[in-house]
Amino acid sequence: MPLLRLTVDGSPREVDVDTRTSLLDALRERLEVTAPKKGCDHGQCGSCTVLLDGRRSLACLALAVAHDGAEVVTAAGLGTADEPHPVQQAFLDHDGYQCGYCTPGQVCSVVGMLEEAALGHPSHVTADLDPDAGVDLDDAEVRERMSGNLCRCGAYAGILDAVRQSVGAR
Amino acid sequence: MRELTYVRATSAAEAVAAVTADPHARYLGGGTNLVDHLKLGIASPEVLVDVSRLPLDAVEETERGLRIGAAVRNSDLAAHPLVRTDFPALSRALLSGASGQIRNQATTAGNLLQRTRCVYFQDASTPCNKREPGSGCSALEGYGRYNAVLGASESCVTTHPSDMAVAMSALDADVVVLGPDGERRVALDDLHRLPGAHPERDTTLAHGELITAVELTRSPATRTSTYEKARDRASYAFALVSVAVALDVVDGEVADVRIAWGGVAHKPWRARTAESLLRGGGLDEQRVRDAVAEELRASETGLDTAFKVPMLTGITARAVLRLAGATR
Repeated sequence: MPLLRLTVDGSPREVDVDTRTSLLDALRERLEVTAPKKGCDHGQCGSCTVLLDGRRSLACLALAVAHDGAEVVTAAGLGTADEPHPVQQAFLDHDGYQCGYCTPGQVCSVVGMLEEAALGHPSHVTADLDPDAGVDLDDAEVRERMSGNLCRCGAYAGILDAVRQSVGAR
Repeated sequence: MRELTYVRATSAAEAVAAVTADPHARYLGGGTNLVDHLKLGIASPEVLVDVSRLPLDAVEETERGLRIGAAVRNSDLAAHPLVRTDFPALSRALLSGASGQIRNQATTAGNLLQRTRCVYFQDASTPCNKREPGSGCSALEGYGRYNAVLGASESCVTTHPSDMAVAMSALDADVVVLGPDGERRVALDDLHRLPGAHPERDTTLAHGELITAVELTRSPATRTSTYEKARDRASYAFALVSVAVALDVVDGEVADVRIAWGGVAHKPWRARTAESLLRGGGLDEQRVRDAVAEELRASETGLDTAFKVPMLTGITARAVLRLAGATR
């Protein structure tokens, strides 16, 4: 079985994995890193979102062996109970957590999405593709950019408020 | 899931040799489609040759346009400044597909080679000629909202799912392919095939051939290009129908027009009949509708797909006329 080396939430980790193991299963079942959640397991819900080498990615569609040497940051690695990440604090402030199941993926997705916007990446609803136009993260932009994360509680209103606060804090 | 041997290729030539030598080997790129197929039991390779770390991840400006490496991520390609200015249809198409996370993982070559999302293809418990040749087509009598209306066969009525490929068709892209005997170029329109009696074959590539790049040639039309997509919800859904248009109008007359459709066929559908009817002469809505009607004379629809004809006509007219307002 291949030896997988990862940096997970800042700590070096090693584990032997079967080649069929998804990154999500390697994290949750082998390394006991349970912040990323298994929702649909087919790339449709976003609850397994982590920051993989700095970009928001779906751990369920990533084959673990293909990511040997990667840096993985989960929602648990973004902040602590005493010092939450500003995005986590914003979710708290605006009641964006609800049942909490999709939350770690939502939080990672917001952090990744804010970085993409800061780099000037356009979205489907961006009117002007001019590379110098910049990104104005209005509600339509946020909704589109967060559309890969489903919340079955329907906490979208709170999440949108939390993102507004996070945008303002950047 | 069957046991797998994982191999990380260190060069494109090594990857080609490995897959060519083994009929049960497959390339692994970003994995967003293939890993799902492994889980669903609709792909069962014995060997995965990982090509995602090969040095094929650059977008390079060429004399004529752009050379896009096979491993360039969809998100990076959509955001690339030269794609945004010289080939906006490509940015628009990429941004209309999947989610932010998936676009960060999916690659250019993988996007071209993704397989249909037909619900029967995706459900290993149902007959499907594309998944298991000779087993039958469940979509003929089943859920048909996403079925083809052009170029389908008795064997298969599914559609190609890629938005990006539709834009690349209208942009006259060339695909660079490496095989055991060296490199060859394939026009994007010749990469995917209509189902005929062999819907299990999505493309004209031989086993082992590896897409290494896609090349685009810039022109006034590619600079004035766009992609529009109609779907059942605002985001994160495959196209019911989609259209990519590249247009150049000079002194009120159509100097160059290219139209490709998604959601209607087993491959991106280049509407060449409509294009030839529109070339030369001015543009108005009726002229576009008439040209589309001529292209769609060959269409075959059922109860579930009849809506695609007026939807395609409307979305094409809208895209062409919007661009017409923006050209010279």
